[in-house]
Amino acid sequence: MALVPEQVREPTAEPSLEEFNLEAAVDEPERVVPAIEFRNVRLAFDDKVVLDGVSFTVRRGETKIILGQSGGGKSTIIRLILGLLKPDSGEILIDGEEITHHSELDMMPVRQKIGMVFQEGALFDSLSVYENVAYRLREQGVDEEEIEPEVRRMLQFVALEYAIEKMPSELSGGMRRRVGIARALIGDPQIVLFDEPTAGLDPPTARTICELAIELRDLQDVSSIFVTHDMNNLRYLSSEYAVVDEEGIVSFEKEGERLCLINTEVLMLRDGKINFQGTDEKLRQSSDAYIKTFIHGK
Amino acid sequence: MNPITKFLFELQEVSLLLWRVFIGLFRGPRYLDEFVKQMDIIGVGSLPIVLLTGFFTGGVLVLQTFPTLQYYGVHSETGRSVAVSLIRELGPVLSALMVSGRIGAAISAELGSMVVSQQIDAMRALGTDPLKKLVTPRVIALIVMLPLLTVAADIFGIIGGGSVASYIYGQDHNSFIASVRDGIASQDLIGGTIKPFFFGLIIGGISCHKGLSTTGGTVGVGTSTINAVVLSSIWVIVFDFFLSKAIQSILGQGTL
Repeated sequence: MALVPEQVREPTAEPSLEEFNLEAAVDEPERVVPAIEFRNVRLAFDDKVVLDGVSFTVRRGETKIILGQSGGGKSTIIRLILGLLKPDSGEILIDGEEITHHSELDMMPVRQKIGMVFQEGALFDSLSVYENVAYRLREQGVDEEEIEPEVRRMLQFVALEYAIEKMPSELSGGMRRRVGIARALIGDPQIVLFDEPTAGLDPPTARTICELAIELRDLQDVSSIFVTHDMNNLRYLSSEYAVVDEEGIVSFEKEGERLCLINTEVLMLRDGKINFQGTDEKLRQSSDAYIKTFIHGK
Repeated sequence: MNPITKFLFELQEVSLLLWRVFIGLFRGPRYLDEFVKQMDIIGVGSLPIVLLTGFFTGGVLVLQTFPTLQYYGVHSETGRSVAVSLIRELGPVLSALMVSGRIGAAISAELGSMVVSQQIDAMRALGTDPLKKLVTPRVIALIVMLPLLTVAADIFGIIGGGSVASYIYGQDHNSFIASVRDGIASQDLIGGTIKPFFFGLIIGGISCHKGLSTTGGTVGVGTSTINAVVLSSIWVIVFDFFLSKAIQSILGQGTL
């Protein structure tokens, strides 16, 4: 499980991920294999080094929040995971499969396992909301009869079923992102990548998108990377968890009320290198001047 | 990057793109719906402007050549002169230039917009190869439709020429048609139909490459569109010269 009872662990206590993995491995051996793994990845565009020896893992059911300045290589990590870019050196593994040297053709089945939420939604302008969300299943040759209920389920998840017939140009910025989330989640991928999904949105809509990410993490056991430079996103994702009651109603509780979060970690990039990796508590306690400036804005 | 290196690099990129389109034809998935849609946009959509261009080009050819031919007493050969000019050169080249302006710009702008709004990345992330979904149907539709458009332009050009010869210069219809029939050789028809295949390849390759290599936001889309139209138009005209020479060498000089 992604959450542990509060009486077992203090809310501010250091989460023991090794212990967590050991327990999980006994029940489900495949969970030991990380969903995403970067091993000493390096990438440069001409003379500009974008990533310099980056190594990290995202375990199953874990959310990795990647922080850093604009142009610091955050989105590049996501593009590398999808195989949209290739690293100069190092290794990238998805579900234990090395994809570093995969061709475009070899990447197609890997990409089927991954949902991607783009910064501006990246909806196909010429397709309706329904067709956008149905896109992946149609490409896989799924029958239209099976596609429609699945599209409706996903649009219900993002509370946009009423917009099913609309075109992307008729949607607000927040709605476009939510349709982008529905499109990414169709087919129930076990890895979801969020590339600054709340950038430029009003706080309530940004909060809604964070809640969707929390639901995926806590209720659907999805591994995810959440790229952001908004500290509010960090606060929501690292201090709240989703619970569902007998009637299926989802609610959000603060860490420490009943459970303690151990499935969310922060990774901070600076000049292409990992500047920090650990829990949000450790991030806030850090004495590093750059981290302090990043958190407090001065 | 110096201009020669840049030219060679671009040539390599366009050639690789077209090679990948060719290789991709032998494996699925195949987007037949998209292919039919593009044939409609490129073929049916371009028909009015191509017919209009053909009609008035034929008309103006007769308008300009009839007095000269009449001066030499060979105005009965006007039909032959117009038909050969249209079928060998003007029909294929003008149709290609019109399609390059209309479709080359549209392809480059559409693909460029998709690149800058991350739709191409989204497509790849959703497990679709943009080359097969977007490039192949457009290139193949151009290769199929441009020869058909050229034939239509040729026919309307001859009709335009005949109309001017008849209604302005008072030449007999039958005399004009007989002159056209006598003037056209099989190598003219073959050469005039082969050229548009290559022009379709040039327009499709350059426009798709320019669109997919767009950088720099909406300004970049504008630049790509301009480059796509200018480069494909220039290359149609340059390639036409070499293609004409090759066709002459292979099929013979033809008459006139």
